[in-house]
Amino acid sequence: MIIPCPWCGERPHTEFAYGGDATIRRPAEPAAASDAEWFDYLYIRPNPAGAHRELWHHAFGCGQWIEVRRDTLTHRIEGATPASGAEIDRDG
Amino acid sequence: MARYSIFSLLSHARSGHADWPLAWRDPEPRRAYEVVIVGGGGHGLATAYYLAKEHGITDVAVLEKGWIGGGNTGRNTTNVRSDYLLEPNAHFYEFSLKLWEGLSEDLNFNVMLSQRGRLITAHFDSQADALIRRANAMRVHGIDSEFLTREQVRQRVPLMDFSPTARFPITGGFLQPRAGIARHDAVAWGYARAADARGVDIVQNCEVTGIRIDAGRVTGVETSRGFIGARKVAIVVAGNTSRVAAMAGLRLPIESHLLQAMVTEPVKPILDVMLSFGAGHFYVNQSDKGELVIGGDMDGYNSYAQRGNLPMIEHVAAAAVTVFPCFSRLRILRHWAGIMDMTMDGSPIIGKTPIEGLYLDGGWCYGGFKATPASGWVCAYTIAQDRPHKLNERFNLARFSRGYLIDERGVGNVPAAH
Repeated sequence: MIIPCPWCGERPHTEFAYGGDATIRRPAEPAAASDAEWFDYLYIRPNPAGAHRELWHHAFGCGQWIEVRRDTLTHRIEGATPASGAEIDRDG
Repeated sequence: MARYSIFSLLSHARSGHADWPLAWRDPEPRRAYEVVIVGGGGHGLATAYYLAKEHGITDVAVLEKGWIGGGNTGRNTTNVRSDYLLEPNAHFYEFSLKLWEGLSEDLNFNVMLSQRGRLITAHFDSQADALIRRANAMRVHGIDSEFLTREQVRQRVPLMDFSPTARFPITGGFLQPRAGIARHDAVAWGYARAADARGVDIVQNCEVTGIRIDAGRVTGVETSRGFIGARKVAIVVAGNTSRVAAMAGLRLPIESHLLQAMVTEPVKPILDVMLSFGAGHFYVNQSDKGELVIGGDMDGYNSYAQRGNLPMIEHVAAAAVTVFPCFSRLRILRHWAGIMDMTMDGSPIIGKTPIEGLYLDGGWCYGGFKATPASGWVCAYTIAQDRPHKLNERFNLARFSRGYLIDERGVGNVPAAH
């Protein structure tokens, strides 16, 4: 698979470490979260067959975390954005 | 069911083997059954067989979207073993191995179990300590295990790199002598034939598209061949557990990943043990045809594609030729992948669900084949008695929310353990 890193361009996936489902959110207020919320965060995964938003860490590249849109049935990659939500200014 | 024997073989030889009866029927699905099993792999067919044999429940249909044994049953590397550390796993897999040992006779179908032993090489002290601990734990549980010296490993597997300059010096090895391999297709066919003979309907090309629930109780399944009513429904669909469970509104602690395997061209007998390279991702056994069956680790990302990428093949092959230099000129005949339903603690889920009459048997990670007989046996018990057997009560779905994980690797909530 070729992953289009928003910072480095198209790179082989072997440069990246997989970080799992990008839609899983850690409870915003850990101390206030219920057991059920922690259970959801730690264990439950939507595990879709098809479109999947997932995190990859460009470990052997720029070191950035990115969010990749990939189809789990075909491995086709639609695109990638910085996981931080940062806007990239290539000219800056 | 006409029994297979030397006499039936001889009598059919006289007619040129032209008139063997079909091994199982191809029935139209009836409108309702007492039990519907979703999934015609080894586990689903074994569940049907033990429902009929152990519990006298024969009003059973196994619904398979493709052909039986066409999923993970035919995609594994056929290893059968019970070398686990933790108590629930140890007892469950040992029970399974004992069923394996009598399976060909029980089913009147040769599953070609070959108990050649499984050896994990040790290459450094901390690894040897962990393997010895595991071997001792197995003995406490009454399961055969041995720890071998370097010389004993060399006697068993002389083709490994024992040279003074070896990249991974072999310091010893962990052996379960009773572990073995079996013919995976035969397991599906044997269970199908034996279940069919007891009255179970095996319905192929019948995809379940929905699960009907009325007031918290299952009433049947929607299929590509119409609605089929059922008092009890079991989901036994390794590789698609999340998708089918979602039809009943269940959200599971599972991620589906891909695991690749490959075979080389056939060669003369060179390896009479199942060998796992303990310091990396590579294991191998030699099939009856002479091919080397090679497996490694998962690619490591969610996938339902049933195929993987080449970097992992290269990674596994690199490990193979590092410890078996003589493999370097063998050619790969084919490689493939299966979908692994990885639970968050590396252990399966077998038991009841919050929906009455709906049972779940899945989350086999990448170790489901060896479990086939015991999985079917306890799943049948759970369905028939509407409560888990002692052997699977710890594998319940609620263990994740209650904090009673069965975490064989000791790494917490990672959907990559085994």
